[in-house]
Amino acid sequence: MKKWLLNWRLFSLFSVMALVLAGCGEPFISALQPAGEVADMQYSLMLLSTAIMVLVILVVTIIFVYVVIRFRQRKGEENKIPKQVEGSHKLEIIWTVIPIILLIILAVPTVKATFELADVKPMNKENRDKEKTLVVNVRANLYWWEFEYPDYGVITSQDLVVPTDERVYFNLKASDVKHSFWIPAVGGKMDTNVEESKNQFWLEFDQEDAEKAGGIFYGKCAELCGPSHALMDFKVKAVPRDEFNQWIEKMKNAKPVVTDPVAKEGEAIFNKSCIGCHAVTPVDNRPEQARTAPNLGNFGDRERIAGILEHNEENLKKWLKDPESIKPGNTMTNTYGKLTDEQIDALTKYLMSLKVE
Amino acid sequence: MSTVARKKSLIWDYLTTVDHKKIAILYLIAGGLFFIMGGIEALFIRIQLAVPNNDFVSAGLYNEILTMHGTTMIFLAAMPLVFAMMNAVVPIQIGARDVAFPFLNSLGFWLFFFGGLFLNLSWFLGGAPDAGWTSYASLSLESPGHGIDFYVLGLQISGLGTLIGGINFLVTIVNMRAPGMTYMRMPLFTWTTFVASALILFAFPPLTVGLIFLMMDRLFGGNFFDPALGGNTIIWEHLFWIFGHPEVYILVLPAFGIFSEIISTFSKKRLFGYSSMVFATVLIGFLGFMVWAHHMFTVGMGPIANAIFAVATMAIAVPTGIKIFNWLFTMWGGSIRFTTPMLYAVGFIPSFVMGGVTGVMNATAAADYQYHDSYFVVAHFHYVIVGGVVFALLAGAHYWWPKMFGKMLSEKLGKVTFWLFFIGFHLTFFIQHFLGLMGMPRRVFTYLPGQGWETGNLISTIGAFFMAAGTIVLLVNIVITTVKGKKAEADAWGDGRTLEWAVSSPAPEYNFAQTPLVRGLDALWVEKMEGKKGLTPAEPLGDIHMPNPSFLPFVISLGLFISALGFMYHNDHSWGLMVGIVGLLITFGAMFLRSVIDDHGYHIHKEEIIEAEKKGAKA
Repeated sequence: MKKWLLNWRLFSLFSVMALVLAGCGEPFISALQPAGEVADMQYSLMLLSTAIMVLVILVVTIIFVYVVIRFRQRKGEENKIPKQVEGSHKLEIIWTVIPIILLIILAVPTVKATFELADVKPMNKENRDKEKTLVVNVRANLYWWEFEYPDYGVITSQDLVVPTDERVYFNLKASDVKHSFWIPAVGGKMDTNVEESKNQFWLEFDQEDAEKAGGIFYGKCAELCGPSHALMDFKVKAVPRDEFNQWIEKMKNAKPVVTDPVAKEGEAIFNKSCIGCHAVTPVDNRPEQARTAPNLGNFGDRERIAGILEHNEENLKKWLKDPESIKPGNTMTNTYGKLTDEQIDALTKYLMSLKVE
Repeated sequence: MSTVARKKSLIWDYLTTVDHKKIAILYLIAGGLFFIMGGIEALFIRIQLAVPNNDFVSAGLYNEILTMHGTTMIFLAAMPLVFAMMNAVVPIQIGARDVAFPFLNSLGFWLFFFGGLFLNLSWFLGGAPDAGWTSYASLSLESPGHGIDFYVLGLQISGLGTLIGGINFLVTIVNMRAPGMTYMRMPLFTWTTFVASALILFAFPPLTVGLIFLMMDRLFGGNFFDPALGGNTIIWEHLFWIFGHPEVYILVLPAFGIFSEIISTFSKKRLFGYSSMVFATVLIGFLGFMVWAHHMFTVGMGPIANAIFAVATMAIAVPTGIKIFNWLFTMWGGSIRFTTPMLYAVGFIPSFVMGGVTGVMNATAAADYQYHDSYFVVAHFHYVIVGGVVFALLAGAHYWWPKMFGKMLSEKLGKVTFWLFFIGFHLTFFIQHFLGLMGMPRRVFTYLPGQGWETGNLISTIGAFFMAAGTIVLLVNIVITTVKGKKAEADAWGDGRTLEWAVSSPAPEYNFAQTPLVRGLDALWVEKMEGKKGLTPAEPLGDIHMPNPSFLPFVISLGLFISALGFMYHNDHSWGLMVGIVGLLITFGAMFLRSVIDDHGYHIHKEEIIEAEKKGAKA
């Protein structure tokens, strides 16, 4: 009957809300500027639930304000005894039934979305097309992230590279304590548990939104995991499929090529004291228990030093000199002897030369 | 023994008291002190987060502070303060002379107190727990030092106290109601206490079990939570939240009860829809046990479990909504007096509705993947716990202060407290919803600039200082009132409806000279409307039997405290085991003494009662 009116009202409410919320936050990290299918779905649920909730708040507020103003005790009314009302079945039924209806309106899309977001069948298919369905194994460690592309035998860390405009599937686990894998702009989080049974979910990265965000999304650890929980950031480079394919090809064949004499010196130091934990080729066939530190295969291409500092030589030197001052409680502190400034310079040269791009 | 012979020093009196009214004061003081400590921790948190890359506190210390803030506020501030209100009011509201087990009542308090003391000792003995108040197993097992051990053992001891207190109130409300006080005539605060106590009875055992597992793993070589040895950390999360979610209702139901009393009193109307209020309370209590896994939507339980818990959680909104509208319609047509307690009640309604609706948003499982462990959740639960529970406790403290201490708190200062606290509260937490949606995870000791979170955090910190200022004004108010406050009448607010307003302020030791006959809901109001001054007695005036004070509850709790210290250090020091055993011997020895010593209590004689009543009436 007056359905169009209701629709119109809902629509305008939605658009006003979307307008208000869209101003919120930075496009590379805000859940209010969704940049993929999952975040979109969650954002619409947010809008729907917020709309319903704003409606509830409005109703309560109107009655509330009216009551508080209208039924104030006025001068001379101190001895007035108001009528003692027991209740009203009609009213009580109204405010039981209407909320139930509102909740059903919210519950149906919630259940639907919950199942949709848990649909990881394609990644577990027996003969999955590896060219089309990308699977990434995420392993969370005390304050760093490892990303393994099992179909390509490639491992990288801290910077996740994914193709845009397709569903990317993730296996999630933690190697020490529980963490949680979250890329706010692209979709909700999922925990990386310490148990053997891995968590699985999918995300989709929009090409257009990725460009708006400057090509990089921010990733966070969302579960308290120790002193440097706040600093356990990672970055996501979302690139078109072709570009991704080129990148992974380069990664497959990447090996350190050292020409600079200072860097050569650095390589010698590295091979003496760092290589036990850090690999320098993206192809690392050791079991994960042996991979106790970030893979540095494409370190020179990284977005950040230690996940948080601007990527330059100065910061790398700071980190090598005293990692504890940058990430308290990290597992690299005290694993190597004191380095001289020359050694640090040499190491820095070497590490910055590890590039695939 | 006569009353004169029992006059001992004030401190000894409180150490040994079994009187529910004095135990209420003990709970109020201890809970109040812990509330201030938790508040100072909160200020540290907000100062640290005021600007990005701040180094006011270090990363590790920050985690200790956030853990202790949460643990202290829930277990050592909110719980005991709720118990303070229950102890001060419920026995009088049902027309009883004391709780069913006065000795246990005292034991419950001392266990809580020593547990809290033990937990806070960690600050001075090598560092506080640092795994969050949820203390998830993988992190709490990795945590070095003894911080987590203080958490495990301290909470175990204070949890015992809570469990004992809960059982005590259940039995009291079932057995000790005055003649005519049927279940459907009980004041709503008594009802909510009843349901909350039932929740305590079922919710605390899972926590006890979880804490024992964690204790075994950390101190005695167990491996309940070590996946490498066949353990499973998710079990901790389930056990913790099977306790943790009902805990929210254990706190918030009594808060609802307090507001129901206050709104009804200051609107001069009986509660609108009393029976549906009772029904909603019971339903919330029941549903409260069906929804714990909504704290674990991102754990990976699968879409079926997530969907079920999502819908179950949404269902709780219905009875809660019923309550909100019943409160509004209690005020509708009333004659509202804006006293300080009523201001809190009025401020509570929109604040709590905000917390409630964001609760429904969190229940939307698929969208919760975004909210979970972000500042959105921090905002949500502070709206529930502060906007609901803390407002209720502040309201209740102002409302029943005359009944507890015999003096009226200053209304002027009370209103200043309210406005500072109310404005500060919204300033602090409203913006945090948006910080969460803008991608800020919770429990972060700092954040980098350039992520769009600077303004929000600064506003939030400013708000926290308003709340601190409000609390300081409250303390000043308490001091001034204690020194030169106005003496309170029996019916201190003039519009009292329930039995506690029929006895003098503060209530005499025996509460009622004659057990009253309850003739309807709002028993005192019924009498007043018939033009009577006092209650209709249900018995002739006679000697009143009272329990003797006892020092044993203190000793039993002290023994557990010593024992916990010993066992905690048994791996580091050879004396640990000995001390642990000695502590247990003290506890069981005191329990043995309690069992073998005959204690018949004493009588307050009729003449003394007549004398006391005369004095009370004059004052």
